Amino acid sequence: MALERTESKARAAFERHGLSDEQLVAMLRTMLMQRTLENRGFQLNRQGKIPFASASEGHEAVQAGAATAFERGKDILVPYYRDLGLELGIGLEPYEVLLSLFARAADHSAGRQFPHHYASRELGLHTISSVIAAQLPHAVGAAYALQYRGERGRAVLTTFGDGATSEGEWHESVNFAAVHRLPIVFLCENNEWAISTPLALQMGQPDVYKRATGYGIPGIVVNGMDPIACYAAVREALERARSGGGPTLVEAKCYRFLSHTTDDDDRTYRSRAEVAERRKDDPVPGFERLLIERAVLSEQDAEALKRSVLEEVNDATDRAEAMAYPASTTLYERVYAESWQPWRE
Amino acid sequence: MAVVSSTSSTVMNNVEAVRATLYEAMKSDDRTLILGEDVGARGNVFLITKDFINEFGPQRVIDTPIAEASIVGIAVGMAMEGLRPIAEIQFADFIYPSYNQIVGEAAKVRYRSNGEYTCPLVIRTPYGGGVRGALSHSVSVEALFYHVPGLKIVAPAFPADVKGLLNAAIDDPDPVMFLEHKKTYRLIKGEVPNGHYTIPLGKANVLKAGTQLTVVSYGLYVHWALEAAVALEQGGLSVEVVDLRSIRPMDKATILESVEKTRKLLIIHEDNKFGGIGAEISAMVAEEALFNLDAPIRRLCGPDVPAMGYALPLEEAFMSSPAEMADAMREMVKF
Repeated sequence: MALERTESKARAAFERHGLSDEQLVAMLRTMLMQRTLENRGFQLNRQGKIPFASASEGHEAVQAGAATAFERGKDILVPYYRDLGLELGIGLEPYEVLLSLFARAADHSAGRQFPHHYASRELGLHTISSVIAAQLPHAVGAAYALQYRGERGRAVLTTFGDGATSEGEWHESVNFAAVHRLPIVFLCENNEWAISTPLALQMGQPDVYKRATGYGIPGIVVNGMDPIACYAAVREALERARSGGGPTLVEAKCYRFLSHTTDDDDRTYRSRAEVAERRKDDPVPGFERLLIERAVLSEQDAEALKRSVLEEVNDATDRAEAMAYPASTTLYERVYAESWQPWRE
Repeated sequence: MAVVSSTSSTVMNNVEAVRATLYEAMKSDDRTLILGEDVGARGNVFLITKDFINEFGPQRVIDTPIAEASIVGIAVGMAMEGLRPIAEIQFADFIYPSYNQIVGEAAKVRYRSNGEYTCPLVIRTPYGGGVRGALSHSVSVEALFYHVPGLKIVAPAFPADVKGLLNAAIDDPDPVMFLEHKKTYRLIKGEVPNGHYTIPLGKANVLKAGTQLTVVSYGLYVHWALEAAVALEQGGLSVEVVDLRSIRPMDKATILESVEKTRKLLIIHEDNKFGGIGAEISAMVAEEALFNLDAPIRRLCGPDVPAMGYALPLEEAFMSSPAEMADAMREMVKF
């Protein structure tokens, strides 16, 4: 039943799948914002201002595409920790990202969580841990809630890397969703690396989408460096879910350009030649070129866009840095609804 | 009991009390769902949810695949989206695959989202030995979870407490583990008040007043400790028996009040001694009331072996007995 797709070649055809110029430019802006914010995270780390940062460089296209297919106010996003572009694309503000990087009191987790672990009911954005695949059963439970309450027209989008597909919870989640035909899309951002472990040591064949056949649900593969193709694939899957057609497994083939985090050094496990070769597919300059070639925006527009993104990030950095850390007393808050100690005095 | 809206009562055993309470919860709130292995057509292996599926439908009484991590994990997602799931782990021995979802996820949802999301979830599971359950149908798991802030843990011994505490667990805005000692399921009968009521989590119950020794226990052993203490009363020994009922939070005030009166403390539980519930109670009493004690604190607990065996002598060697408990009480009183 798996629907195999040929990778679309956006440059050749420029199939825009109904996306307006405005939407295309918004996607490019999200991709630029994602990259600029993550560069800022690494800079702040190297300056000694924050202890840790991570990046999703190479995932911009799949995330901008998926975010454009997501319907804010209706759909629920259960992401993983390498999803900044998806979160920005559904409405997370750069200032909130900087608050997370600086671990300020006004951060979504009030400075408790690692960067990029957001939680917002307004955005439909679930809270997650950093534990791989642990969010997938939550996504399935949320999808069950939508189906149980008869909320047609709503769906859950959950995301994960290739590494997560090795976890038992991944299997359990896809299987349960398939049994109950739940309104959910499983989007695999396959960047080929689980920190230092390559795909060949993670699975016996490199295609995650093919597993869909075993669960009796549709599986789609898409070029994760092509934001328009990713939009089309995720939109189709979300529309199937929203209209009662059950779950879909979408695999977007992308690549992780940077180390896992600021605490990792990918030179210890993969060659510079491999990374340089894959850089040729970098979706951010690629998408910018496409939109200029197709006259969706001019070169001057593109430069202005980049300047405005940088200015917004600079401004957000200054504002967030000036905010206070959480008070140490907040360590004891929100453990339970009541302020409770283990002993009942 | 916090709220009693009825004057009459019904005699039932513990398994009937669980069933009746779940039934009322399902009747009164359609956000409540039950999910677990064999809870539907089979009606749970102890028949706790027998016929529920006919009345409430398969959408609310969900026979899950055999996949404990996702039984809890899916319930966490349901709870985060406004439902009130009751997840069942068929036997506590099977709970280990769901440890990450309970400890790493459910217990931390409120904390890590600064209250943006919450996890009002009940995880029910039968535990404990004395039923020829061997290595994988006899364990006590409370010590593996009571270390974890964000969780609440309840282990009632009497049918009336089962009802009041299960109602409180279902109403609670945070994840609660509800541990049911399976040997008490049909062994223990008692009056259960009709109508809806709750018993606050974290409140112990003094079952029998005494002046010479405080015994703290929970679950099946509460009944055996009580039996021993009542028997000793005829010999002139006065033993106070405290049923913890809740393991986390734990009722410090009631324990200390009792120990400061009797000046001696014996803790009895079925779970292993090393790192068990008794260790925490001992440490607390030593910190708070050491100079009020007239004897060293003593723990009568399961031995530090992986499990009780299937063979009767191996099970009996693991389990304590009312006679063994009476001996320990006598020694403590005479100390």
